[in-house]
Amino acid sequence: MAFGPHLLLAVLEGLVTAAVLSLTALGLSLVFGVMRIVNVAHGEFFMLGAVLAWAVANALGGHPALGFVAALVIAPLIVGAVAWLAERLVLSRLGYNPESTIVATIGLLYIIQQLALTFYGPEARPVAPPFNVRLSLPWFGYSAYKLSIIATAALLLIATWLVLTRTKIGLTMRATQYDSETAQAFGIPVGRVYAGVFALGAMLAALAAVLIVPISQAHYLMGQDPLLLSFIVVIIGGLGSLRGTVVAAVLIGVSDGVVSMFFSPTLAKMIATLAVALVLVFRPQGLFGTTAR
Amino acid sequence: MSGGDKPAKVYALHLAVLAVLFTLNFVLPAYYHGLMARIMVLAVFAMGYNVLFGYAGLLSLGHAMFFAAGMYGTGLTIVHFGFSVPLAFVGGIACGAVLAFVIGLLALRTSGVAFMIVTMMFAQVFALSLIYFAGWTGGDQGLVIPQPARILNLGAAAFDLTDPTVRYMTALALFAAALFATLALVRSRHGRVLVAIRENEERTKMLGYDTFANKLAAVTVSGTISAAAGAAFALLFGYVGANFAGVQYSILPLLWVLLGGAATTLGPLLGTLVMYVVTDTASSFTSAWLLIVGVVLILLVLFFPKGILGTLRARWLGWLP
Repeated sequence: MAFGPHLLLAVLEGLVTAAVLSLTALGLSLVFGVMRIVNVAHGEFFMLGAVLAWAVANALGGHPALGFVAALVIAPLIVGAVAWLAERLVLSRLGYNPESTIVATIGLLYIIQQLALTFYGPEARPVAPPFNVRLSLPWFGYSAYKLSIIATAALLLIATWLVLTRTKIGLTMRATQYDSETAQAFGIPVGRVYAGVFALGAMLAALAAVLIVPISQAHYLMGQDPLLLSFIVVIIGGLGSLRGTVVAAVLIGVSDGVVSMFFSPTLAKMIATLAVALVLVFRPQGLFGTTAR
Repeated sequence: MSGGDKPAKVYALHLAVLAVLFTLNFVLPAYYHGLMARIMVLAVFAMGYNVLFGYAGLLSLGHAMFFAAGMYGTGLTIVHFGFSVPLAFVGGIACGAVLAFVIGLLALRTSGVAFMIVTMMFAQVFALSLIYFAGWTGGDQGLVIPQPARILNLGAAAFDLTDPTVRYMTALALFAAALFATLALVRSRHGRVLVAIRENEERTKMLGYDTFANKLAAVTVSGTISAAAGAAFALLFGYVGANFAGVQYSILPLLWVLLGGAATTLGPLLGTLVMYVVTDTASSFTSAWLLIVGVVLILLVLFFPKGILGTLRARWLGWLP
């Protein structure tokens, strides 16, 4: 393959990464934006989504599309319920103190990881994609499913944006984010909003995982990279900003795709992580300006 | 410190702990003897962590990089340059100290949550570079330090660090040194400024203290003690591996310190000891030790945020340092 098509392939792969990453990072960003806490277990919600997708598809059998669609609905719901429970039982009792919640979510990370290892096992298992169509481009064939990931993620992002800006739920969330005490005084059930946001954040990660699991298998340690990359995206995009998150996800996803196609993936990850740590040190408000209050 | 200063009681307690550890050398069966040496070295790591987390109130999620810097600084100089044991030990500590100083200069520009994320990311870069330069570091497999390179020659006497008793005593010596170093630190002026920064940084600044310099000193001291633990681990157990630089080894010292009691001098030892006993007991009927770590972390933040010694100090023993 010549350089041009090679680059195109790298960009396409990067866009698939970016699509999944923007959903995952948006979940992390919402939780941070509204609740002011860092959820270290976010990557494990992603992993749980993928593992449950395998379990659902496996239990149903039949046509792959049936299992996949069922997984797309059931896995996020279960993950959301787990997150809701964790929020009610643990985080709410900590008063959302930043350091205690970090320690508690680290604990949650280990618990989910170990349960996945115990009940799902150490193997990596694939889920069959809902359809197997290859689009033949002039230079190489490309999986139509991967392109549909990008489209689905875009739709989900738009849906989230509409919910946040156009509905009563979104208004309640933004009011809580802006000033939780005043919101409480105006009769908004802040505790329930927090639980809902935490569950929603986890569900976005689970959705992203269900989308990606047909092309990269489900494994109990798969949550680590999305967590780190989501941190990177959220920091570069500016905490709590939806637009910034998407822009940063595309930036990171595509550059990761390109760099790891032409250089070593380890080197790519090293450089990206170092760059972001330095951004955080020298420009804590992120590259796209929205300051975290 | 709330219950007044009682230096005699404090020193007596610390000496008694060391005496018990010394006696255990002759009492413990072989398996627990080796385990105890390991616990003491890791407790030094936790004590290093405690200086920053407990006293200065800075939560780092990247301390594995300082531990690993000491470990690799020692291991690589022995394997590649044939350094002698003392030289490699000092070299490892120096690596950790320099790294901690540089990381401190950068990371301390941030605070709170950003500080945790930045330290975690620097540690991640460090761990990835260990894997990237696999030709030197052995990558994921790590390196084994051969037995002949682990003999400490002091004048006429030669100590074989692979011998259980020598290993135990070396670990104890390091532990004692770290214990009295932290005790001296927390009783010093600098230690009190750190506590003041933890309680109210703005007020400390207003009172005329250079909080940045004090925090930088805390990061450097903390990193140096952690590196000493890593260097000793490499020498005493003869293995250098990239997994010691992973996120898990940044979280374990946090767990040990929280369990034993943050901002107590003996808490790190107690936390490490209890955690090892718990996982060791549990491992006989389940391999799910991560589950135990997770549950203990959550129970601690929910019900015992002060840890064992911290709770004791708040209730009865106000003089505990």
